Amino acid sequence: MNLAEVPFPPSVEDFFLPSLAAGYWVTKFTLMIWLATAALIVFFLLAYRNPKLVPSRAQWMVESIYGFARDSISRDLIGPEGRKFAPYLATLFSFIIVTNIFGIIPFLQVSPNSHIAFPAVLAIISYVLYLYVGIRKHGLGGYLKKATITPGVPWVIYPLLVPIEFFTNLVNRPLTLAVRLFANMFAGHLILLVFTLGGFALFATGNFFYFAVGGVSLIFAIVMTIFEFGIALLQAYVFVMLAGFYIGDALEESH
Amino acid sequence: MFLAELTGDVSSLGYGLGAIGPGVGLGIVFAAYIQASARQPESAAPNRTWLILGFAVIEALALFGLALAFVFSGS
Repeated sequence: MNLAEVPFPPSVEDFFLPSLAAGYWVTKFTLMIWLATAALIVFFLLAYRNPKLVPSRAQWMVESIYGFARDSISRDLIGPEGRKFAPYLATLFSFIIVTNIFGIIPFLQVSPNSHIAFPAVLAIISYVLYLYVGIRKHGLGGYLKKATITPGVPWVIYPLLVPIEFFTNLVNRPLTLAVRLFANMFAGHLILLVFTLGGFALFATGNFFYFAVGGVSLIFAIVMTIFEFGIALLQAYVFVMLAGFYIGDALEESH
Repeated sequence: MFLAELTGDVSSLGYGLGAIGPGVGLGIVFAAYIQASARQPESAAPNRTWLILGFAVIEALALFGLALAFVFSGS
């Protein structure tokens, strides 16, 4: 590529990749979602097809992912009845990890989660799930009362507090759940673009002093790639932990 | 007559202003966690869950700012 044609600064347009087939339904993101789903299904099936008492390396990995979702998320945040949510949370966790890490794998290099559609669907599934378990346990009225009315508050404050609680618990939660994952992946990809394209754009100037700065920029791109790896794991954990926390909150007995 | 005028794309300025609050909040969260686990080291592991929870809830505010900065950057 001609250095003078380096597209800098990066913009939102860089996230809309061209279609790979007729229409606009097969893009790189579609393929990556298929790849993530297939890889997870194949890996989990193969690793647990023939479980042994002394686990192989793959079996150990699968067991620790599931054990993590069961023990430190389901049991700690939902309680004793949380075990039935462990399969969902483990699936969510491994799917988000794989799709997040796509952001730093060479040739894939962009996470599907940097489009709001994918985190939104994941958040909607969790939202419907915790509404469903909450309503099934407490009844519709009981659940709404639990979600909107804070006990131990003078009734005078209710006109002010009930709308706030309603907004926080029933509107804001799925919204933040989706936007958090989306914005993290979006910002991470944008930072990598800034440092990488910025480095090449500085090389393209032909000014000797800019070359050194361009080198620093490329080194920083590598540093930020390692940082992105940490963010990918952390955000997957945060998403699943919040989903577990919301389920636990919906199931909790009224105060 | 204007006393001062700002032209061009000011959405990134808005994001900078919007990041102040979450920045202070995150500082408080992590300071409290460090202080708690320095005073009582055995509470470090159980408190980590709430550390991440608080971090995630506060971080969402800054990320809303980031997303909205891009949403309004064209207008």
